[in-house]
Amino acid sequence: MSKAILYDSTLCIGCKACEGACAERWGFPYNDQVAAEENISAHKLTAIETHGERYSRRLCMHCAEPACASVCPVGAIQKTGLGPVVYDPEKCIGCRYCLQACAFQVPSYEWNKRLPRMRKCDMCFERQSRGEVTACAASCPTGATKCGDREDLVAEARHRIANKPGDYYGKIYGLEEVGGTSVLYLSAVPFEQIGLRVNVPRQSLPDLTWRVLELVPDVVSTGSVLLGGIWWITNRRAEVARAERERK
Amino acid sequence: MTRRRPKITVWRAIFAAILLSGLYATYLRVFYGLGGSTNLSDKFPWGLWIAFDILCGVGLAAGGFTLVAVVHIFNVERYKPILRPAILTSFLGYSLVVVALLYDLGRPDRLWHPLVMWNPHSVMFEVAWCVMLYTTVLFLEFLPMVFEKFGWHRPLAWIHYISVPLMITGVLLSTLHQSSLGTLFLIVPEKMYALWYSPTLPAQFYISAIAVGLAMTIFESWHSSRAFGRALELPLLASMGRVLAVLLAVYLWLRFLDLSHRQVLGLLAVNRTETWLFWLEIALFIVPTILLFQKRVRMSPGALYACAVLVVFGFIANRLNVGVTSLESGSGTHYVPRWSEVAITLSIVAAGFAIFRVIAEYFPVFEAQSHAVALAETAEREEERIPVE
Repeated sequence: MSKAILYDSTLCIGCKACEGACAERWGFPYNDQVAAEENISAHKLTAIETHGERYSRRLCMHCAEPACASVCPVGAIQKTGLGPVVYDPEKCIGCRYCLQACAFQVPSYEWNKRLPRMRKCDMCFERQSRGEVTACAASCPTGATKCGDREDLVAEARHRIANKPGDYYGKIYGLEEVGGTSVLYLSAVPFEQIGLRVNVPRQSLPDLTWRVLELVPDVVSTGSVLLGGIWWITNRRAEVARAERERK
Repeated sequence: MTRRRPKITVWRAIFAAILLSGLYATYLRVFYGLGGSTNLSDKFPWGLWIAFDILCGVGLAAGGFTLVAVVHIFNVERYKPILRPAILTSFLGYSLVVVALLYDLGRPDRLWHPLVMWNPHSVMFEVAWCVMLYTTVLFLEFLPMVFEKFGWHRPLAWIHYISVPLMITGVLLSTLHQSSLGTLFLIVPEKMYALWYSPTLPAQFYISAIAVGLAMTIFESWHSSRAFGRALELPLLASMGRVLAVLLAVYLWLRFLDLSHRQVLGLLAVNRTETWLFWLEIALFIVPTILLFQKRVRMSPGALYACAVLVVFGFIANRLNVGVTSLESGSGTHYVPRWSEVAITLSIVAAGFAIFRVIAEYFPVFEAQSHAVALAETAEREEERIPVE
């Protein structure tokens, strides 16, 4: 059973308790200045955004088939069976392909460090491994952020929409986006109005590159036979020509 | 005889200025990180160093594998006089790409990680392995020039013994990673502007790499003939120009066919920066294509050279458009390289020219004059009768 987070924008009061709890868990400084920043960065892995009277929350989406994990040349990013997408800074070479590939612009880089690493939310992997909920979910006073099994949370989200259809835009964000994510959103308004990207593909992104990459063995085997054959023929032709010239 | 002190010329002054600024930029990169030396950001994580130094660098060095295939696999012997300079250019090109990578990677000390930490699902992993292996192949293909220089016959014979499998490996590795540089961008369908995002990016990158490899060979033959006072292998280059014209025509046909299949031809008339830069890129390909189809142009050294330069610029425009222009609007930010990014890029290019010159002067890169002329003459006769061989 894989873990997920359900964020219900209609319940969020913008208190930013999740931001504080997240910073504490990572050991990042958190003060009024950091709290005022509305975007995620290398020192702030989740952020509450204000969209008029509504709030939205940004964090890693923990895709079912993460583009970041598929593009990482050294496998520093992995999708765990538990749900979180985790990162091993000891492997990372700093190519930043994960930043480029992420459809949600989530990963951040420590641009100003001499020995930089990528930073992103890991859905409190070690807490969840112990059976605890994420720091953000534990700190949320209104239940806007809830942590649990993905299937249960999807069922609950559907339940909430069915119970109060007037309060919700009747869809769950994250169900199909890029093939499904482990962070799900509910909102009162269409998702683009709370800053979510609605133009992301419904299909899994790693398929787009794998479709080409899986041809590599074909190219190598066919190519070597083809090139070897061409060489053999042209070389033989040159040999024959040389022999004929000598005979004359 | 006393050695003359090197003259101070305008070009040498510019060269020194570029290297000095590059040196200062290197200091910034080492001590202040990517943030202190580039305008990159979380929203725009790849800039000039990827788009120019890597994407253009690898492409511009494609002449080596193209000519190796022509001379040694297709056995078109008459191209032999320009094979070695092409191999040298490629070897230098790939070496400089690795240098550029050391600047661009956040942790250059971990350059070796892909050797032991594998992720076969990553295009970058495949590119890393191919570039690593192919640079080794190019080194081995370059070695005979060193062995000949010092008269080491035994290693020369040894290299000769493995040369055919080595060259086939080189062509295959190039095929894989030249196209894979396009595959890199297939993962960002919604971020990349539709004039460039295409499932055919790998094919586009591969064909344009071969084309620019030929253009670079013409380019460097022209320059080295002036620098070293050699006769230009004009008939050879002219017939290469014809192949180039056909390749470019195929490439342009593919580009427009692709636009029409993806039903985005309408974007060509939209007034925005992307459209103008797209047309700039396409114009830089179309003009030399038309010109190179004319024999008069191919047989004039100046015009042939100008066409090669246009193709090189078109290629650079294409890679910069794919690597920067196409990703700007989707990223929600604006990227202009910082001076230090430009300084390091220029330094690497300048160093490439300088090292080529030094090696070409001291090693047997260009074949003996008389030999080359003789071959060129036979080629001249052949030029008439070889449309497709």
